[in-house]
Amino acid sequence: MKKHRNPCGQLKEKIFSNICIVPSVIGVMIFFLVPFGIVIYYSLIKNPVSREFVGFENYHKLIKNAAFIKAAKNTAYFSLVSVPLALVLSLALAVMLERNIKGKSLFRTFFLSPLMVPTASVVLVWQVIFHNHGTLNQIIETFGGEGIDWIKSEHGQIIIICMFLWKNLGYNMILFMSALAGIPKDIIEVAELEGASRFYQFVHIKLRYLSPTILFVLILSLINSFKIFREVYLLTGDYPFDRLYMLQHFMNNTFNSIDYQKLSAAAVLFSGVMIVIIAVLLITENHFGKDIE
Amino acid sequence: MTRKQKEHTFNIIITVFALVSAFFFVMPTVLTIANSFMTSAEISANYGAMFGNMTEDKKTFISDNVNLKFIPDKVTFDQYKGVLLKSPDYLLKFWNSVMLTVPITVFQVLLAIITSYGLSRYPNKIKSIIFFSYIILMLMPYQVTLVPNFLVAQKFNLIDSRWSVILPGIFSPFSIFLLTKVMKRIPVSYVEAAKLDGAGEIQILTKIYIPLCKGAIVSVVMLVFIDYWNMVEQPLILLKDTDMHPLSIFLSQINTGDIGLAFAVGVVYMIPTILMFLYGEDYLVEGITYSGGIKG
Repeated sequence: MKKHRNPCGQLKEKIFSNICIVPSVIGVMIFFLVPFGIVIYYSLIKNPVSREFVGFENYHKLIKNAAFIKAAKNTAYFSLVSVPLALVLSLALAVMLERNIKGKSLFRTFFLSPLMVPTASVVLVWQVIFHNHGTLNQIIETFGGEGIDWIKSEHGQIIIICMFLWKNLGYNMILFMSALAGIPKDIIEVAELEGASRFYQFVHIKLRYLSPTILFVLILSLINSFKIFREVYLLTGDYPFDRLYMLQHFMNNTFNSIDYQKLSAAAVLFSGVMIVIIAVLLITENHFGKDIE
Repeated sequence: MTRKQKEHTFNIIITVFALVSAFFFVMPTVLTIANSFMTSAEISANYGAMFGNMTEDKKTFISDNVNLKFIPDKVTFDQYKGVLLKSPDYLLKFWNSVMLTVPITVFQVLLAIITSYGLSRYPNKIKSIIFFSYIILMLMPYQVTLVPNFLVAQKFNLIDSRWSVILPGIFSPFSIFLLTKVMKRIPVSYVEAAKLDGAGEIQILTKIYIPLCKGAIVSVVMLVFIDYWNMVEQPLILLKDTDMHPLSIFLSQINTGDIGLAFAVGVVYMIPTILMFLYGEDYLVEGITYSGGIKG
């Protein structure tokens, strides 16, 4: 009955909902999709003038490029260390705030606040802490250790890992808090009656239910870890020390030398790697999360 | 110990842990604010060693050590006066930040409200494909998206114009991702009821969808704003003219000059986002919660 009442109206509404999408689709086409097609094309030709098709030569040159290798290595190292750390620590914060402690909401505010503080505003404090004669080294020296010039040292990545965690833990924590709150209470109660320990409950029940959130936090942290260039740039400017030379530095330098072929090959390669990583994560989660859905 | 006592001691241990972590989380912000009330003399005495090259000829700092100080000896507003009155550069760069971030935030969110409405009403295969491609695009780092953005900016002669940063920002899909997820949860029965009362599609959008998504919209505004307020990558590549750079980039160059003002500039720069946070923390939490999960 209902459908017959006003077929024209329904059709109009459907058309209206389609029209709503059009501006955004056109914008994404113009600014992302079509130019990305051109980027793929550029990555396969010799140069924009001769337009000679060279297959994977640009990619081959790219992965042989010393600067690219260094940047890729540093970025991979940073992501491999900071992303798991971000996952574990933010889950720990969420579990901590799950308990009935005083001032819970105040703690939540404190942990979340770095998200809304521009990195540029506080970068001086980080510089003071990690300076050669700075706070951290003074503490180390008081205890008889020997300080090092962190920013210029082999351990330079420790600074940006700290800055990364400082900024991103709050967001992830909120995600975990809501996921923890969403675990059915009766399952936990049954487990408690059966005498399951806290640890057992956490590993065998809660982590199971958290698996979609763990996946999301992993992907999100990975994406955010590629934004670490901001912190490095604000700390060290255009020319960082070896261990802090990131992929974005490589891209910036290539932009400056206007080497389209190298630039395009790097962008395409990177997007391919991202898609593979995300696909693997999604498939893994599907595999593990199946039985609770 | 009884179970209750055990719980109690455990809670105390947790609270201590929470306090220690809270200290680390707020310390950089609090220190920046506290130091912004120091006199320039005190700043160069404490931090002068960090900028050795500029003070080499006239050694104004006492020791080679950099001393982190929580409480200024004497509270003054000199730094703020310096920022506001003596150095038009900072105000100009602040204005640049506003001129980039505000249009991106406003138009990205407005566009997202309309698009998400379109995507969540009458779902079909094409709409899910579009939504899925937006997610993929959202997950692409700048190292990927900046190359196409650069090509477009070059093609349309936008390099060195604010539009080269603003336009890709407006069409960035993050807000669409979050708002579509929220709008998909709105029960169809609400819409049916409104239709019986004679509401058209536009009324359904303005009278039902937008009010129901208010929290999510506020949190999207905050998240988009802070992301672009914090931006470094895009202006470095798309705006060669450093006069157009936002304060987020300029602040890092400050340590070559007026270090005495640096903390106050930092504080001025965080005021808009901190105010947003204080006003909208609960909305922000709500929005972040909705953002969880890749699938629908």
